[in-house]
Amino acid sequence: MSVVNDFTIQVATVNGSGSQTANLVLLRSIFQMGVPVSGKNLFPSNIAGLPTWFTIRANHRGYIARKKEIDLLVAMNPETAKEDVLSLEPGRTVVYDEPLKLNALRDDLKFYPVPFDKIVAEVCPDAKLRRLVKNMIYDGVLARLLSIDLAEMEKALGKQLGKKPKAMELNGNALKAGFKYASENFEATDAYKIERLNKTAGQILVEGNAAAAMGCMFGGATVVAWYPITPSSSLPESLIGYLRKYRMDKQTGKATFAVVQAEDEIAAIGMVLGAGWAGARAMTSTSGPGISLMSEFAGLSYYAEIPGVIFNVQRVGPSTGLPTRTAQGDILFAALNSHGDTRHPLLLPGSVEECFSMAIDSFDLSERLQTLVYVMSDLDLGMNTWMSPTFTYPDKPIDRGKVLDEAKVRELGASWGRYKDVDGDAVPWRSLPDTKAPSFFTRGSGHNAMAVYSERPDDYQNNLDRLARKFVTAKSMVPAPVVNLRNGAKIGIVAYGSSSFATEESRDQLREQHGIETSYLRLRAYPFTADLDDFIRRHERVYVVEQNRDAQMLGLMKMDLDASLITKLSSVLHYNGLPIDARSITDGILAKEGK
Amino acid sequence: MSDAPSTPAKKVNRLGLDLASYRGSKTTLCAGCGHNAITERIIDAFYEMGIDAKKVLKLSGIGCSSKSPAYFLNQAHGFNSVHGRMPSVATGAMLANASMMAIGVSGDGDTGAIGAGQFMHLMRRNLPIIYIVEDNGCYGLTKGQFSPTADQGSKAKNGVVNELPPLDLCALAIELGASFVARSFSGDKKQLLSILKAAIAHKGTCLIDVISPCVTFNDHEGSTKSYAYVKDHDEVLGEVTFVPYFEDINVEYEAGSTTNVKMHDGSHLYLRKIAEDYNPSDKMAAIHLLHDTARRGEFATGVFYIEPDKEDFTTSLNMVDTPLAFLTTEQVRPPKAVLDQLMDGLK
Ligand SMILES: Cc1ncc(C[n+]2csc(CCOP(=O)(O)OP(=O)(O)O)c2C)c(N)n1
Ligand code: SF4
Repeated sequence: MSVVNDFTIQVATVNGSGSQTANLVLLRSIFQMGVPVSGKNLFPSNIAGLPTWFTIRANHRGYIARKKEIDLLVAMNPETAKEDVLSLEPGRTVVYDEPLKLNALRDDLKFYPVPFDKIVAEVCPDAKLRRLVKNMIYDGVLARLLSIDLAEMEKALGKQLGKKPKAMELNGNALKAGFKYASENFEATDAYKIERLNKTAGQILVEGNAAAAMGCMFGGATVVAWYPITPSSSLPESLIGYLRKYRMDKQTGKATFAVVQAEDEIAAIGMVLGAGWAGARAMTSTSGPGISLMSEFAGLSYYAEIPGVIFNVQRVGPSTGLPTRTAQGDILFAALNSHGDTRHPLLLPGSVEECFSMAIDSFDLSERLQTLVYVMSDLDLGMNTWMSPTFTYPDKPIDRGKVLDEAKVRELGASWGRYKDVDGDAVPWRSLPDTKAPSFFTRGSGHNAMAVYSERPDDYQNNLDRLARKFVTAKSMVPAPVVNLRNGAKIGIVAYGSSSFATEESRDQLREQHGIETSYLRLRAYPFTADLDDFIRRHERVYVVEQNRDAQMLGLMKMDLDASLITKLSSVLHYNGLPIDARSITDGILAKEGK
Repeated sequence: MSDAPSTPAKKVNRLGLDLASYRGSKTTLCAGCGHNAITERIIDAFYEMGIDAKKVLKLSGIGCSSKSPAYFLNQAHGFNSVHGRMPSVATGAMLANASMMAIGVSGDGDTGAIGAGQFMHLMRRNLPIIYIVEDNGCYGLTKGQFSPTADQGSKAKNGVVNELPPLDLCALAIELGASFVARSFSGDKKQLLSILKAAIAHKGTCLIDVISPCVTFNDHEGSTKSYAYVKDHDEVLGEVTFVPYFEDINVEYEAGSTTNVKMHDGSHLYLRKIAEDYNPSDKMAAIHLLHDTARRGEFATGVFYIEPDKEDFTTSLNMVDTPLAFLTTEQVRPPKAVLDQLMDGLK
């Protein structure tokens, strides 16, 4: 019996052994054959020498979330090989480095031993380069076993290596040698098979951080201040590449941006707010520990009403936690970040496409609301490779919000006050330095509507109440949730961010395997809009799916929603550092449903 | 925003503005606080230099000292940010609009303690800014605790003696890369004014450590930052004379007695030599001098170090001439063809 276009391959190697090229070539060749894929890199917090696993899921229905079970293991790492093999379900396939003798471990698996060192010695005379090309051999073996067109692999290799003829030749030879070895030594192809489909036409493969970086470039970011941290760094690093290539002024060759690697995250957010205050579109990108350091400035942004964008590519906390594992663990902290009564809008990208579009939107939103906006990505979205429709070019010009120009100064005249609500939406007009508009003094200490220092109880309270009303205004500006209502469904599911793909797959499992219809609401922002209230009202029970221990989004709902709605909510939580999978959600819901 | 009646005889600067145009709101600091005297000199300096206040950004951290930007240059935008973080806010602001002139006011706690990290990195970048530390050896706003510039052996009002050696912010700034480093005393009107005017003419980081006694918490017997002690131990390096580029040079000095520094904007700074061989562009000499005076229990005032043509941070970033803050959609959003090209590369 063969399994076509629906299985998961896991390649177990050692960090720093150069397996990334081989893994991406494998992923891309399946993609080129029209079969939906996704790739997840499970790597250690270390540069070289510790185990790492790359998982590729091929699925004809287009499921791109993680799947728990591994169907085909490529065991290259002696350290983990035994445990990796023992954890497989019966009937699965193992390609392994021959000297590891893994076939002795079990007799209910299909084993393919490959003498990698021997083969690589034949195709790569330079012993120093062998380590790097050895991995291409398993691609060749898999091409044969899984019926992947060798020409597609070669094409993918070309895409991966670009214009490096020597590397192309060496890797190409290793690929062919692996294919040849498998053809000559294994009698048939494996049960798992890739067959050509037509489901990836027009799609791209990209990581969320690169997508967000493109969004920042097209969103018109002008000042970028950042401090390196996994899993955020690849966002600013990609952005620097894009800016240098596409944002140099044609006539003068000068930069339309400034990027600073700051001395820490406090300085990074300080620079963002200084720049936002003086009129730039400023951003930073970080992860949990950086968000903790930024807290004091976050409150300043809220209270002094200064725009800025923070990308939080979430990783596992608390503390240093698991720096290379994923979570949605900073939701509550980011939403309320800083002392005193503070609220920040959050954007919740649920795909790489939204990493791009929300990056663009975040700058407009931040300037329109004159406050920090957090884009809550995570390691799974940010650093893993996702299939996606191509991104859409923004159709609206940049919106800088309420910035005083000469006409507005004339219109408002003396009635202008920096913190005065003249339009009834609680968003005041801001004046920028170096313009004709009046100047004012910005401070994080108490101030009245005219931006004058004040400790008066009424001034303080009026200001805080206006900020609360501004947060209500934000509801009309943030992206609405995506709602999918099923006729007669009693159960609703709420999810957000990188939990979305697994949640959609879980809904199919619930319907097809358990006869349970569910409606779905995918949150795309905080503050919540009335859509959420409506959705909860329509259903008997609503499960909130998230990747943290403390049900943080549900916690925010408890703060904001009516008590009658809260009683309908319960949580399905996943927080072991691995990306959430559909089966875990399905099992979680079934257990709560008493099934 | 002056309500003074304009009389024909009104004294004005080269922009036609009177001194009052450079004032700020009324000070809320203690009467006699050194910080107020510094505020007065800042007003004088900007007035005499004929600077358009609309082209100035005023920044500060938190402390009594950090409140002072509200008390000068009302026409300028000001930002009283968070404790110790003025440097990063100033850096961001200058990136957003590099055509502005920045003046940052900080305290010795704000800079030497909580803000030491940001202070170092601002110096290292040589950000164009006049960075004034109003140095009183204590935390004024939190009622007199020692700051990192308190001298060893100096006594607090409650009798506690400081056991730790002080940070010398000037020596640090020279070592770290600031291109204009000076110290003055809030009570030395003439010297402070000259230094401030020279700082206005300089493009790069100007670190000015101004000893500024706290009359409320650190002006008693036993304190090394009291008015009495400071007056007694101020070792003035030599006369500082500044001649802006728009004024005729009318300075006479004996050959060999004075160093004439030609500033970036064409102004001249005349530094009377304390020693025959003192050279204000020699880092090691400057640091030596600071150590020597400190060892004698004195503190030197004057311009210690100046590097008029050192490239500043905003210049090094090669930004377009239009301030980043004012770029249009067309200038900051590449055309659709770029997105198409990027998408093709990912297919
Ligand atoms: C994060 C933080 N910690 C502590 C404080 C309290 N605080 C306010 S001002 C200050 C010290 C100010 O001393 P200095 O910078 O020397 O200025 P001065 O008041 O002496 O002019 C402190 C500790 C604060 N505002 N923020
Ligand atoms: S407490 Fe000291 S530093 Fe603060 S205003 Fe009064 S005299 Fe100045």
